[in-house]
Amino acid sequence: MAEKYIARSTEIAARMLGGEMMIMSAQDSTFFTLNEVATVIWQAADGCTPLSEIVRGKICQEFEVDAEQAQRGAERFVDELSQHGILLVSERPLIDSSDPEIS
Amino acid sequence: MTLMAEMNQKALNLGIPLSVHLDLTYRCNEQCVHCYLDHDDHGEMTTDEIFGVLDQLAAAGVFFLSLSGGEVLLRRDFFSIVEHARKLLFNVKVKTNATMIREKEAARLRQLGVEQIQISVYSHRAQVHDAITKLPGSLDRTLRAIRFLKSQGLKVSISNVLMSGNFADQQGVIELAKELGVAYTLDPTITPKMDGDTSILGLRIANSELKQIFQNEELVGDVAEFCAPPPPPGEDVMNGFPCSAGHTSCYISPYGDVFPCVQFPLPSGNVRRQRFLEVWRHSPQLNDVRSIRARDLPTCSTCSHVGTCTRCPGLAYMEGNMRGPSTADCEKSFQRTGIPSANMLKKAWSGLAGPLIQIQGLANSAQIPSVSQEANQLTAEKSALRSNAEFLPISGANKQSGRIVEAL
Repeated sequence: MAEKYIARSTEIAARMLGGEMMIMSAQDSTFFTLNEVATVIWQAADGCTPLSEIVRGKICQEFEVDAEQAQRGAERFVDELSQHGILLVSERPLIDSSDPEIS
Repeated sequence: MTLMAEMNQKALNLGIPLSVHLDLTYRCNEQCVHCYLDHDDHGEMTTDEIFGVLDQLAAAGVFFLSLSGGEVLLRRDFFSIVEHARKLLFNVKVKTNATMIREKEAARLRQLGVEQIQISVYSHRAQVHDAITKLPGSLDRTLRAIRFLKSQGLKVSISNVLMSGNFADQQGVIELAKELGVAYTLDPTITPKMDGDTSILGLRIANSELKQIFQNEELVGDVAEFCAPPPPPGEDVMNGFPCSAGHTSCYISPYGDVFPCVQFPLPSGNVRRQRFLEVWRHSPQLNDVRSIRARDLPTCSTCSHVGTCTRCPGLAYMEGNMRGPSTADCEKSFQRTGIPSANMLKKAWSGLAGPLIQIQGLANSAQIPSVSQEANQLTAEKSALRSNAEFLPISGANKQSGRIVEAL
């Protein structure tokens, strides 16, 4: 399977609220909340780090989950958010290194 | 419970200010007849000060940010402020009269990812709208801007403040919104000026017009449901609080003053002198507002509308007591359901109490100084009754009249 690079869209609003990430798409006003695991993936979506590396380096280490299972969950999550335009997905690195830290 | 409601509850539990209304300026190129602001500049926050406030708001957990005024585009740094806000990933809503928005500004707002633009439109007819804004050509400019914004794919909402002078054009504005493909919201609330001047309250629509709004299916949906008598309040209602002001939201003026809400001018701190979180967490005024539950409201807690009323604590504050009733909202509850509020009944009874004692004295005509004076008292009494009966339901008014007749 081809590697995936993910980057946060600039057309969203986002804020951490009590450990959960709130995200609203400026395109269609869809409102999401991400759980702790999804929040880690979303925060790591810098456009340069491959999804598999995010899963191995962050998810598996921080949450002690099986790598294959974590990769499948991450793929589903990425597909869903990309459908709403709040994550950009590419098979090549995306330029997205200027995103701010999210409070 | 919707996801948004869940997050709101979570913010409430954690004491997070989920939304902030920040006025960037009170200056305006329109001079609307109903405006509550003093349009002079008394020392607005600088760009750097506003950037600093925005940084603090983001760190405090604010998600929804309304940028308003005055006319926000009169600030030369407006787009820099929006840009900074969007870098901090706020959900930004801009309130404007849009008269200064052309293709370039619309494109910039789109590029910055502004969530929504709320624009004031008072009528579909230029002579009515422009008479309210006192800016000739303002409706044309505003409508042109709405088309620019729509062409950029931005979400636009028309805000229609209703007054006696434009009530008749309400349907025209609804049709205009449909034609433009934008959302429509109406607001029948005219608030006193910030300095307490209540002269503009005379612009409010008549009670009969308020009732017409509540009977308009297009606006309220199921009229029978909307106008249904309030259900008996449960414990949850009595332990609830009136609105989000001071709980999950607040207002910051162009001068850095913090208030519970734009409609609640209770000075609670200033972000030029204090950190925002210091004000939010420790302001005695905000903590006082937060301490109020429905059960603590002397009159409203006894009211059948307590669970469904739109009671605005800010309007109550402007009437003299933030724990008291908001008369305008009492009127709304009454016009919506036909059931008078506890405040109305209290006023009606207090209006009756004095004269009733005097009437009892009529049994002994020797104590009456003169017949003409007695007649005057009765006339005054009956006038008061008619006045009260105007806001009592027909059955209630008849009952009150019956009591008077019996007493006589």
